Amino acid sequence: MKFRLPFAPLVALRFLREGRMQTLLILAGTTGGVAVIVFLTQLITQLQAQIVDRVLGSQAHVVIRPLEEANRRAIDDQGFATVIEPRAQRLRSVDQWENVARLAAGMEGVTAVSPVVTGPAFAVRGQANKSVALMGVDAERYRRIVRMEEYMVAGRFAVDGTRAVIGTELAKDLGIRLEDKLRVALPNGRDELLQVGGIFDIGNKDLNRRWIFVTLPLAQSLLDLPGGVSNLDLTVADIFEAQPVADRLRGATGLTVESWMQTNAQLLAALRNQSVSNNLIRSFVIIIVALGISSVLVVSVVQKQKEIGILRAMGASRSMILQVFLIQGALVGAVGSVLGSLLAFALLNAFSAIYRNADGTPLFAAELEPRFILMAALVATGVGLASALIPARRAARMDPVQAIRS
Amino acid sequence: MNSPVIDLAGIVKTYGIGSPVETEVLHGIDLRLAEGEFAALIGPSGSGKSTLLNLIGLLERPTGGRLSIGGRDTATLNEAEITQLRGRSIGFVFQFHHLLPAFSAMENVMMPGIIARGAADDELEATALQLLDAVGLKAHAYKKPSELSGGQQQRVAIARALALKPRLILADEPTGNLDTHTADDIFALLREFNRQTNCACLIVTHDPRLAARCDRIVRLVDGRIADDLPTEKETNP
Ligand SMILES: Nc1ncnc2c1ncn2[C@@H]1O[C@H](COP(=O)(O)OP(=O)(O)OP(=O)(O)O)[C@@H](O)[C@H]1O
Ligand SMILES: [Mg+2]
Repeated sequence: MKFRLPFAPLVALRFLREGRMQTLLILAGTTGGVAVIVFLTQLITQLQAQIVDRVLGSQAHVVIRPLEEANRRAIDDQGFATVIEPRAQRLRSVDQWENVARLAAGMEGVTAVSPVVTGPAFAVRGQANKSVALMGVDAERYRRIVRMEEYMVAGRFAVDGTRAVIGTELAKDLGIRLEDKLRVALPNGRDELLQVGGIFDIGNKDLNRRWIFVTLPLAQSLLDLPGGVSNLDLTVADIFEAQPVADRLRGATGLTVESWMQTNAQLLAALRNQSVSNNLIRSFVIIIVALGISSVLVVSVVQKQKEIGILRAMGASRSMILQVFLIQGALVGAVGSVLGSLLAFALLNAFSAIYRNADGTPLFAAELEPRFILMAALVATGVGLASALIPARRAARMDPVQAIRS
Repeated sequence: MNSPVIDLAGIVKTYGIGSPVETEVLHGIDLRLAEGEFAALIGPSGSGKSTLLNLIGLLERPTGGRLSIGGRDTATLNEAEITQLRGRSIGFVFQFHHLLPAFSAMENVMMPGIIARGAADDELEATALQLLDAVGLKAHAYKKPSELSGGQQQRVAIARALALKPRLILADEPTGNLDTHTADDIFALLREFNRQTNCACLIVTHDPRLAARCDRIVRLVDGRIADDLPTEKETNP
């Protein structure tokens, strides 16, 4: 048996085909609108994800510290990682940190907890002398906070005994290569000879110059913090849920708990503003496309007055006529969304070929997430339907006699 | 006897009610048309012929009076029922064929069926081809109206009016803009279908020659039926 279109889609398609020029025009408008929206959304989503990714690449999502006043840095105008400052006062440990760590690990949304002992030190080699931050970590656990293994330029991210991992800038400043020795000296008079087992480049010169990773016990003894940790670093499942998680932890422990969202409040505000302006642009484009579809269909209803009258005379009900015009709107929206998505994909390809980062890599990937195409299809079809509503109702209400008499 | 296909009593139609240009176009029409009857509706321009036909065709509602089609009093029917009654039991032929330009002759003929059934089917297609064959247009079945001559277009319109085997055919000057020869053909077609299917036909015409070939002539003057007479039977064997 042949497939035959039901009445409403059949007539809708013919009407669209008949008004070729008009159909092409609204289709072009819809395609353009969809392309702009999909392109912008994809671009901004990708760029924002990249920025957040870069920020969180060297930072814990949530950090738990002992309650302290002196070394809180309320202002961090760098926009990037928290700056670890040398402190004059004695380091304090997070009280009962094992219990706190267990509590945090058990909290919903927390995927990793890593104890960190950190404090100021000097890296000395020959005549050179650099101020650094000693980072005592359990390498296995710390990897789940900052993906250090991805940043290694030499050696591995592993600490053991006196083996340490340092950044590229420090290595350059002190002229150190893999397996070279390096002395760290502390304000309290202690010192230790470390062997460099790995060199990282975390994408942040400041951190590349400051961080020296050693084992947890070594940092504890050097910093006079036996058995203690200066902070607990946490990873959460959904980065934008970091703040609620931090709030819950603060409530549960009474400790200082800070999420990356607090540390990077300015950056987040900027991203949010960007989203707002994107939404504004999207809304305007949708309104313009809707007006375009609507006005073309209104004209088409007037032009098709006679046909509508004939169809009604042959027994078509008002609701059948309504459907004919609603389907036209939906069809224009649906086809426009497919063409628009293709156009957006072409634009993304063109732009990613043109705009590149300083290092020559593309600024963004020329890919289109299926969810955006789906979103565009749904929105465009919905807008098409909604725009057709007024013309369609006009068509349905039209007096068949008026059309036939003329 | 069966109830008449058309049964009008005291039909009044007033346009522009409540406005300063309120005009009563029909002033109490009584008219009955039985199954198989083939009647001409004649009268001067502006006398209300089209208005009456549109009322009978359920395209408009009367302002007053009783209007029954196929034995159903239309005052008791709602919009949807009216639409359905119109689609299933009335076939229209208009002066200007009023075919759908975007559809082929075949599709135009199938359209009443597509509307009634929701979509085309094999049966509708077979019937449409048969009807086009009967009006001599089988070879033109897949042409668009714009590719047909005026007479051919009107024949398609007649095939369309007959598609659902209506009990009533209403034709408003079906031969109005055709030459005499073609007009005769069209008229003959209607007459033939009337004989075959025993449907009632009411045909508006200005052509006295054609009117004389009907069973009955209803003359409308200024919104009133002036006379309603049977024609003398022609040289019937
Ligand atoms: N919608 C309307 N509003 C007001 N007056 C109308 C309307 N439709 C028709 N009329 C009037 O009703 C009268 C009858 O019109 P109608 O079309 O029925 O005449 P007719 O007999 O078919 O004439 P013709 O032979 O020229 O086709 C005319 O005077 C016309 O002006
Ligand atoms: Mg008329």
